[in-house]
Amino acid sequence: MKRIAEFLLRRRGGSGWHWTDIVTWVWLVGGLLIMFGPALWLVGSSFKSPAQLAEFPPTLLPYVSQQATVEGYDKPLTLYDVTLENGEKRRLAEIRRIGIVAQMVDPENPGEVIKVNIQNRTPAREVGFATENYTEPFLHFDFLLYLRNSVFVTLMATLITLVTNSMAAFALSKYQFRGRSLVMLLILATLMVPLSVILVPLYSVISAMGLFNSLWGVILPTVATPTGVFLLRQYMLTIPDELLDAARMDKASEWQIYWRIVLPLTAPALAVLAIFSVVWRWNDFLWPLIVLSRKELYTLQVGLNTYAGELNVQWHFILAMTVVTMIPVVLVFIFLQRFITAGIAGSGLK
Amino acid sequence: MGRITLSDICKSFGAVHVLHGIDLDIAEGELVVFVGPSGCGKSTLLRLIAGLEKPTSGKIEINGNDVTRVNAADRGLAMVFQSYALYPHMSVRQNMAFGLENAHLPKSEIADRIAEASRMLEIGDYLDRRPGQLSGGQRQRVAIGRAIVRNPTAFLLDEPLSNLDAELRVSMRAELASLHARLKTTMIYVTHDQIEAMTLADRIVVLRKGRIEQVDTPLNLFNRPANLFVAGFIGAPAMNFIAARSDGAGNGGTAFRYLDDGRVELPVTEPLSNGAGATLGIRPQHLRLAGNSDPASFHATVTLVEALGAETVVHTQVAGGEKMLAVLPGQAELERGETIALTFDPANLHAFGENGMRLAGI
Amino acid sequence: MGSLKRNIGAALAAPVTAAAALIDKPLRAWQSATGTGGMATFFLAPNMLIFGIFVLFPLVVNFVYSMTGGTALFLPDRPFVGAEHYERLLDCTDYTDPRSCKDDQFWIAVRNTALFVVLQVGLMTVVAMITALILNRDLRARSFWRAVFFFPVLLSPVVVGLIWRWILQREGLLNFMLYELGGEPVVWLTDRFWAFAAAVGVSIWAHVGFYALILLAGLQAIPRDLYEAAEMDGTRPGRVFWRITLPLLAPNLLVVIVLALIRAVQIFDEVYVLTGGGPGTSTLFLTQYIYEVGFASLLRNPGLAAAASILMGAVLVVLTLIQLNLSRRNSGKGGGR
Repeated sequence: MKRIAEFLLRRRGGSGWHWTDIVTWVWLVGGLLIMFGPALWLVGSSFKSPAQLAEFPPTLLPYVSQQATVEGYDKPLTLYDVTLENGEKRRLAEIRRIGIVAQMVDPENPGEVIKVNIQNRTPAREVGFATENYTEPFLHFDFLLYLRNSVFVTLMATLITLVTNSMAAFALSKYQFRGRSLVMLLILATLMVPLSVILVPLYSVISAMGLFNSLWGVILPTVATPTGVFLLRQYMLTIPDELLDAARMDKASEWQIYWRIVLPLTAPALAVLAIFSVVWRWNDFLWPLIVLSRKELYTLQVGLNTYAGELNVQWHFILAMTVVTMIPVVLVFIFLQRFITAGIAGSGLK
Repeated sequence: MGRITLSDICKSFGAVHVLHGIDLDIAEGELVVFVGPSGCGKSTLLRLIAGLEKPTSGKIEINGNDVTRVNAADRGLAMVFQSYALYPHMSVRQNMAFGLENAHLPKSEIADRIAEASRMLEIGDYLDRRPGQLSGGQRQRVAIGRAIVRNPTAFLLDEPLSNLDAELRVSMRAELASLHARLKTTMIYVTHDQIEAMTLADRIVVLRKGRIEQVDTPLNLFNRPANLFVAGFIGAPAMNFIAARSDGAGNGGTAFRYLDDGRVELPVTEPLSNGAGATLGIRPQHLRLAGNSDPASFHATVTLVEALGAETVVHTQVAGGEKMLAVLPGQAELERGETIALTFDPANLHAFGENGMRLAGI
Repeated sequence: MGSLKRNIGAALAAPVTAAAALIDKPLRAWQSATGTGGMATFFLAPNMLIFGIFVLFPLVVNFVYSMTGGTALFLPDRPFVGAEHYERLLDCTDYTDPRSCKDDQFWIAVRNTALFVVLQVGLMTVVAMITALILNRDLRARSFWRAVFFFPVLLSPVVVGLIWRWILQREGLLNFMLYELGGEPVVWLTDRFWAFAAAVGVSIWAHVGFYALILLAGLQAIPRDLYEAAEMDGTRPGRVFWRITLPLLAPNLLVVIVLALIRAVQIFDEVYVLTGGGPGTSTLFLTQYIYEVGFASLLRNPGLAAAASILMGAVLVVLTLIQLNLSRRNSGKGGGR
């Protein structure tokens, strides 16, 4: 504990408190709460039962109320801690409630029915997880289907992005040909045209090609990313041309040069692009929302948004599905954060 | 096998003309060095021979076959690059095998060739390492090994030693020489270092501004440079030049006047009009301190003395302000500002006409 | 373990390698037929084909769409209407008052977007700057703290929207905290003012880490000895910031601001999930307007949506040109960033 306190309270220079030390401390701790807090709250809430979610004030941790099977009753009964009129505290099971009076019974002694004012009892419960929030959507909704669609879109789009972008970057970095600067200019120009600007004509192109309501209609428009081509080209420019000449002397064809020399050497940049592409495509929302109108084709993001509209009161499902949607990105964050931050600091990629 | 003939090769990149009509015949088994100042076109010429560039006009033949339009891969040549150009993601063994696999050689044959080359170059200990884990000298050996396993018609080496430190360069130079003696394969070697050129070459090709200035054996280049450029380029420190005028025919040659009162007779057979301009050249090593009796001496003021122990390099200024360098054997006791008399053996003089070409007869 | 991993990797790579080797032969033939120039075409083709069909062509056709009317999707079925859509969008008697405009929804979206851009970019730049300055201090576990602020950047807009909808709902965490502090609960997402504030706040929450990271990289590129020299001169910390840090960081700061502007103009997903544009039209932004006019509403009008998107695109082009100009100037200084 002392160590943690020392760590958190570490000051500049080590002697005396400067006002900037206080600001730093407040900012970092505040940042920790504000940045992580909402996600943690989401995860915590996603394990609460519907009844508990409706409670106000909310509890920090998820609880499940305890139940007991009592002789003579078919269903398990919910347990309560009761303060009796004589001041005695007991744990009783509720049979039924009429107005403000609950009929209760002692599980040890099922014969006697005790009437209790409901103000004199609190539910007996312990920390527990309502895992059915997770299992239900998988079993009864199309959630699994959405998950599969999202995985398919993400993997395919990333794969095609890597292949086509790296091929184009190879041509643009290692060959002199007429029209090269024109191609560069065209690609550069599209940096200015995000998808949201060409929604209408793109939609008609997709429809004309029969890709409306097809996952390929989601995938294809996203793969020719100018950012990817630029990132890879910048990296390939650092590969010495002598290496390519050496390969040519070694009887390698141009395709082999690309495949066996340039591509392996571009691996670090490819990794960065792959990570970003996965995050981009996993998170895409507007375009899939437009292209996909059949429910069984929805990606997670679209499906989740639709659920949030339809199941407006069933927050327990929505929260659990949100957590599942978040998981891949959180995994990427935990394991590949270093690549991402380096990629952003190096090229302003997002 | 390994005769390379270039006829009237021209190369331009857009409006920039890099090579102008190169003619050259390289005999089988010869080690030819292309030397010249940077930008002279020596590397471009090598890349043309390699097939990495195509000439604008002219013809390249290997063993009598016209290969001008043949791709690099199909010319049967191997190249060692300045940066070595080893594939960083492949082990040493894979680096050497890559070209052989592309030629679809059987696996056993590939293994045999790698084993032989690694024995020859003593790189067997690090066959499974990547280039990044090797020292500069080791990488150099691997680059040569990668060329050797190909059993090429000829080796092309593009400034292969320029990335090594001085000491390593001397030892690798010797190894390359012995390698050539052993393999007896044609080698074309590009360098800007004339010591490398002098020590390695059977013949040296001196290039300047895309033209061949002279092709000859190292010693012939040194002893009988064909023009002022070659005379100044070959030999270190560079040759001293003195402006001179012809002073009529003497007995068996032409007399020249130089500096204020110098006069020397040289066996120049080329007819020169009286008073025609010329340039005399004398190597610093051929100057010595003059005794009283020496006739052809001149006076110079010492501006700097560099005592190297085995020899002394004396920077001087002669009448008219021209600088003159002398390399004297041993340790000469001279001081700055001192006026000394220098002399030479007229047989060591070089003479060039007004057009810069060597005068006939000497 | 290592060799096992390698074996699995090799097994996975085998079919790919085989495929690559298989197409090598026809490609060699192509190469010898067309030379390396032809190969450049080959390598460019897939990307440029996709690019041409799904980016370039729509971009050009967008202009045609904006000048045709009707609800039909395919161009041949659409009658030419000239500048009608533009006239409709730009027809206002008083540009400061959306109610006086022919297309009031468009102008509400424009006004909301403009206000959002100013507030969001302004506040976010300040927060990102402070975060970067703090992260650039002599901190222990800096990469941990950096990760803390970066974490929301990767979350999907839908997830971001839902997280905050959950927290901001009537009986949510925020109202509970207010209640604990003795305050009155606020209906965050159904109050015009608070819904807009939430849109700004949530989008800052989601993106500030990204910009802080760029600024941090810029701060770390400022040579330490400059600060040491200033310290030797006895410069006050505030003066160090204004006279050393800020001028040297200016290029990065400009890039950050322009990038943030470009993205703020296009704001859609997270706000759409959070508020759906409401209450009323208080968080209706341009992209949502385009989406609804073009696709979602019953009275679909693709031509109008195209015209609106071209107007938005024009703003983005200007901003992007500024950004490209800035980043070129930056790299021209040899920062190599």
